[in-house]
Amino acid sequence: MIGSVIIGIASSGIRLATPYLYAAIGETFGQLSGVLNLGVDGIMLMGAYAAFYTALRTGSLALGLLAAMIVGALLGLLMAFVSVTMKAEQGISGIGIYLFGLGLSELLFKKTLGTVETIRGFPRIHIPWLSDIPVIGRIFFQQNLLVYIAFALVPISWFVLNKTPLGLKIRAVGMNPEAADSLGVNVNRVRYAAVTLGGILSGIAGASLSIALLNVFQQNLTNGMGFIAVALVYFGGWRPLGLLGGALLFSLVNAFQLWIQVEGIINIPSDFALMMPYVITILVLAAMARRRVNAPTALNKPFDRGG
Amino acid sequence: MKTKLRGSLGALLIGILVFSVGFSVAAAPFRVAAVMPSSISDLAFSQSMYDALLAIEESMGSENFEFSYSEGMFIVADAAAAIRDYASQGYDLVIAHGSQYGSSLVEIAPDFPNTGFAWGTTVDTFTDQGITNVFAYEARSEEGGYVNGVLAAQLSKTGIIGVIGPIETGDAKLYVEGFIAGVASINAAAEVKVVWTGSFSDVALASESAETLINAGADVLTGTAQMVVGAVGVARQRGALWFGTQSDQTSLAPEIVAANQVYDWTGTLESMIAMIKDGTMGGTAFAITLANGGLKITVNAEALVGPTIQGIIDGTIEIEL
Repeated sequence: MIGSVIIGIASSGIRLATPYLYAAIGETFGQLSGVLNLGVDGIMLMGAYAAFYTALRTGSLALGLLAAMIVGALLGLLMAFVSVTMKAEQGISGIGIYLFGLGLSELLFKKTLGTVETIRGFPRIHIPWLSDIPVIGRIFFQQNLLVYIAFALVPISWFVLNKTPLGLKIRAVGMNPEAADSLGVNVNRVRYAAVTLGGILSGIAGASLSIALLNVFQQNLTNGMGFIAVALVYFGGWRPLGLLGGALLFSLVNAFQLWIQVEGIINIPSDFALMMPYVITILVLAAMARRRVNAPTALNKPFDRGG
Repeated sequence: MKTKLRGSLGALLIGILVFSVGFSVAAAPFRVAAVMPSSISDLAFSQSMYDALLAIEESMGSENFEFSYSEGMFIVADAAAAIRDYASQGYDLVIAHGSQYGSSLVEIAPDFPNTGFAWGTTVDTFTDQGITNVFAYEARSEEGGYVNGVLAAQLSKTGIIGVIGPIETGDAKLYVEGFIAGVASINAAAEVKVVWTGSFSDVALASESAETLINAGADVLTGTAQMVVGAVGVARQRGALWFGTQSDQTSLAPEIVAANQVYDWTGTLESMIAMIKDGTMGGTAFAITLANGGLKITVNAEALVGPTIQGIIDGTIEIEL
């Protein structure tokens, strides 16, 4: 009995965490290079719409995913152009991208679909031998493809950021762009690449909602998830492992409070239950405050050679 | 000859004058504007008002009736600006379709005494504050909730029924309470488990709420607000039945949507339009109920007996006589 409860809560938590993982890992790349992108939620919405519409019309989930990546890349490029080339105030231009994505996705939805409908998204894949392990198997190895990829991205992004020249350039450009520039690194080009990559991953985050987890598109589908993803980057200390911890903490507590409401075990008002993920995340953050956090020093500062 | 020409010219002029005056008087259409908190395609609250406006346009004809709308106005300040804008453009009736818009109307309505305003869902017409041009309207959604509950209790094999609510307020609260009462009237031992997601639009949380409820044994689910599309998807995947409200949600998953309570605001709107044309700009509270046809129950035979019919057709069900 207790086993099935744990399985239920944990698998819900893993599904809830998936879009946060994609979006937050993408935002980490961008922020480590020095660019703050608050438009993640808007890019997620556009990615969700593009994936849903493409998959609905072509019948191919892979094409839907590709459409989300292309749309995410384009919006990431736009953000990079505005922040890196035009050197605009990044917080404000990010909000602009958010509003643009929110409005455009809804307009396109109304004009091309008009009514809410569902599709058959990515199915659950049982990984052959691993999914038979009791409890752990049911939780981890019976999810859909985009969930697996999201979790795989954590070690992959750790590797790219810490063990490859590209990762070194990204981090250097965010910590000390003048020094990187003097060593021949093209600061602006690295930032463009990082922010565009962030856009691609945000697009995939949206697709994970519309063609894998929820299998539907609707106005404001993400409901502010993108902003929580940005907060998770800070929570994780700009490290993939840290943001995995944050995403799992937030999502598992969220799944747990749903279970509390369903079982009615502790008779607390639903409002308290709903607060739990947020309050617990803040408490954990406060408790961890004394650890060393390596914020990218050049975050939110456009780079001016010689300036 | 001259007199005859002058005479007939005069008659022609008078004819044209009468005709144009008559034409302009007859041609003034009744103009309605609606401000809504979510999308008109949300398959829930806002869509119900939009559908009603379309129905009135069809029955009155587009020469006699025009409407405009602003949707997605979840920020109250934006909605207030839109309401004031419509009123100053001379619309005859401005509908504030959201209980959060009340305080804005208290400020705006007195500035436009010749405009009728409508506020829903609520019973307050502000007459105690001296405001005479605001109508109120609400949905007695506990009635359809009760009906859904009665049917749900009879269909549930496990005796555990799940409810996914947004925020415990307004017509969502009424619906859930009616539903629980309906279930209890059929099966006092049935368990109704309620989850509140705290938002009208958190589809992901609604989806996981449905998973959690089904894990706890629920085989029949219901819920309200536009976020329920997530829950319907999960119900379809895991074979639970769904009861909808506010709008007909059968199209989302015809195999499992058993019945819906549908809001039909047409009667309420027609009454308001008639009263405004008569000179009364507000002061009455309307309610849509099963009795006045504002609430309708639609039952979906495909979900209830579709598999049985198919089983008989393809032979998997054998009828022993």
